[in-house]
Amino acid sequence: MILGGWGRYPVADCRVADLRDETGARDAVLRASATLIARGQGRSYGDAALNPAGTLLTRRLNRFLAFDPQTGDLTCESGVLLDDILSVFVRRGWFPPVTPGTRQVSLGGMIAADVHGKNHHQAGPFCRHIRALDLMLADGRVVTCSPDQEPGLFRATCGGMGLTGIILRATVRLMPIETAWIRQRVIRCASLSEVMAAFAAAGDAPYSVAWIDGLSGGGALGRSVLFLGAHALRQDLPPSLRQDPLRVPERRRLSVPVPLPGAVLSPPVVRLFNGVYFRRAQEGTGLVDLDSFFYPLDAVRHWNRIYGRRGFVQFQCVLPLAASAEGLARLLAVTAAAGLGSFLSVLKLFGPGPGGMLSFPMEGYTLALDFPLSAAVPGLLRQLEAIVCDHGGRLYLAKDALMTPQTFRSGYPELPGFLAECDRVGATGCFSSLQSQRVMP
Amino acid sequence: MIDRNPPSVLILGATSEIGRAIAAAFAAAGHPLRLAARNSVRLEATCQDLCLRYGVEVTRHEFDVLAVETHAAFLEGLPDLPGVTVCVVGVLGNQRQDEQAPEAARWVMRSTYEGPASVLAEVANRYAVLGQGSIIGISSVAGDRGRASNYIYGSAKAGLSAYLSGLRGRMAKVGVQVMTVKPGFVETRMTAGLPLPPALTAQPEEVGAAVYRGWKHRKDVIYVRPVWRWIMMVIRLLPEWLFKRLSI
Ligand SMILES: Cc1cc2nc3c(=O)[nH]c(=O)nc-3n(C[C@H](O)[C@H](O)[C@H](O)COP(=O)(O)OP(=O)(O)OC[C@H]3O[C@@H](n4cnc5c(N)ncnc54)[C@H](O)[C@@H]3O)c2cc1C
Ligand SMILES: NC(=O)c1ccc[n+]([C@@H]2O[C@H](COP(=O)([O-])OP(=O)(O)OC[C@H]3O[C@@H](n4cnc5c(N)ncnc54)[C@H](OP(=O)(O)O)[C@@H]3O)[C@@H](O)[C@H]2O)c1
Repeated sequence: MILGGWGRYPVADCRVADLRDETGARDAVLRASATLIARGQGRSYGDAALNPAGTLLTRRLNRFLAFDPQTGDLTCESGVLLDDILSVFVRRGWFPPVTPGTRQVSLGGMIAADVHGKNHHQAGPFCRHIRALDLMLADGRVVTCSPDQEPGLFRATCGGMGLTGIILRATVRLMPIETAWIRQRVIRCASLSEVMAAFAAAGDAPYSVAWIDGLSGGGALGRSVLFLGAHALRQDLPPSLRQDPLRVPERRRLSVPVPLPGAVLSPPVVRLFNGVYFRRAQEGTGLVDLDSFFYPLDAVRHWNRIYGRRGFVQFQCVLPLAASAEGLARLLAVTAAAGLGSFLSVLKLFGPGPGGMLSFPMEGYTLALDFPLSAAVPGLLRQLEAIVCDHGGRLYLAKDALMTPQTFRSGYPELPGFLAECDRVGATGCFSSLQSQRVMP
Repeated sequence: MIDRNPPSVLILGATSEIGRAIAAAFAAAGHPLRLAARNSVRLEATCQDLCLRYGVEVTRHEFDVLAVETHAAFLEGLPDLPGVTVCVVGVLGNQRQDEQAPEAARWVMRSTYEGPASVLAEVANRYAVLGQGSIIGISSVAGDRGRASNYIYGSAKAGLSAYLSGLRGRMAKVGVQVMTVKPGFVETRMTAGLPLPPALTAQPEEVGAAVYRGWKHRKDVIYVRPVWRWIMMVIRLLPEWLFKRLSI
């Protein structure tokens, strides 16, 4: 089956099999004649969930197993979608402790990438809220890992991109909410230093993220729109919404039916869009529903097709706090000069929250840029990678399709410990993806 | 719209993905569920899942379609007589091997026709007395014409389709609904590893939704995906001298 990631680059013809239960998973690992990788919803952008020799789909491993309304602890099979968790639990007054920017990811994928949300500076990465998980190892054994039980394997698996084994089940602690609404504040920032100052001042806001114009250089370099948010309390709602504060308004969904021709998102178009977007952004505070605040892109199904047939790549890096100002300025200057059209550029300040051995977040600024694939893109990415390495930063595996082994090693100092843990549990040589074959040859 | 008192739904063969999907479609509309299968401890996770997702009552029950002598007692042992009974049980077998192994072929035929028809007979007689209830049988397009590549299974499904058709005629007079469901290809454990054409292949959830809709609208026969109705019409129209030469 021809598979790709969300960026539709690269694609590969993979032997796939559906995992249906623990027994099926055991059969799959014991019978494997080559390496395997688990795949959730394929929402990682590049080649993390691709293995031509064997890609194991978790979509049928999707049962809710237990919920404790006292603690909010929810136990599910790993193929359960965040979408399902939200559909079932928002109405009952619960919300995931950390959420990425799309509902269409699996629980296993969120753990394996140790995803972050707009609340990273307060809540840390997703796996901080994982109470325990069951991992199937290469020999078919199932090991329960948690911060107290098998802590080494737990820290290797959280953010471990499927390379330690197959996550079968996990327990995540949901957090209580009073309403399905967010109190949002929008701040326009005219420059990079302005938005960084605004982030630093906004540490109290539970959620914060900025849309940043990746095309403007010079005086407008780093101009941004900062979005701050907090879960609205019942008393924050107008009387009309207070009746049913957890009701989620119906969404109109659009869809991109086929890949669009490349010209649609050519640099001039994106520049125009960015300018209009920046000027139109309304400063001020207001109420927005959860979907509009957290998952704006989900409103357009298959939006990745707007980048055309060749697909696109995302470049997401994080720089240590002390090096962020200078590093970001250089990254943005190089990007603006290249003029390759980054349409969805996002900036966020991470907190210090510790994660797994290969978890992406570190304290500092993360910047994400999208590039429709063209001949010039790999060269630009090499330049950006070099800047990131110079400043002691790293790239996000869940977004990556092109990074070099050198960049990977330089960004992930716990790699030796991770590899040792893979050896210890017999995962080495049994689990691999096109990405791991590329970055850890 | 959600009924105020939706009838309970019995799923025979609830370990199958199609059975689980049908259960979910009814649960989403608030129906309590009775899930039945052999070795029914395997249903524990599915029960938990449906109960957590939809907040309906879900019970599980031991059931073997081949143990025909136990069927009456099985029905008496349920918490109530379910208002809807869905039989999903069936065995595909391995045509090539089963051609040479009469015992295995008989097992396919008994599991796919004799067993389901027997248990549905017990259910029908109870519904007939009450003058209400719905019987849903999962047959297959494979029963619409015997093909060289799967006629053992196909003949059993043909038997089941004919049985349901006749039962529908009998039950129509007493107000009991009988619906025949004919899936084409469905991506499940049964078809794992087979090369299925994507445009003609349904996901189990599609079957679940179609069965629920068909039940709601009191349909007699549904195909999933609907295009299979036309495909099978053409296949049935082919003259035998031509059909026997085709390798389908
Ligand atoms: C629109 C959009 C917005 C996003 N926003 C964010 C964001 O804000 N923050 C963020 O952190 N990420 C974000 N992401 C990235 C996404 O959250 C991650 O890539 C996530 O891992 C995707 O989950 P998935 O189920 O699709 O996993 P896949 O893409 O299928 O797999 C990702 C990795 O997880 C592994 N994996 C999956 N399931 C299992 C399992 N059961 N056992 C072991 N390993 C497994 C795979 O092997 C692979 O290495 C975004 C992605 C999109 C498309
Ligand atoms: N998949 C397709 O393409 C397709 C197409 C058309 C029709 N169908 C029909 O759809 C139905 C469901 O099939 P599926 O694809 O979901 O495959 P499946 O998982 O193999 O379903 C078969 C079901 O029958 C049950 N069963 C078999 N023998 C039994 C017995 N003696 N007693 C009780 N239960 C028994 C199985 O239970 P166990 O778990 O105990 O084995 C299982 O639940 C079947 O009737 C099949 O013929 C499928």
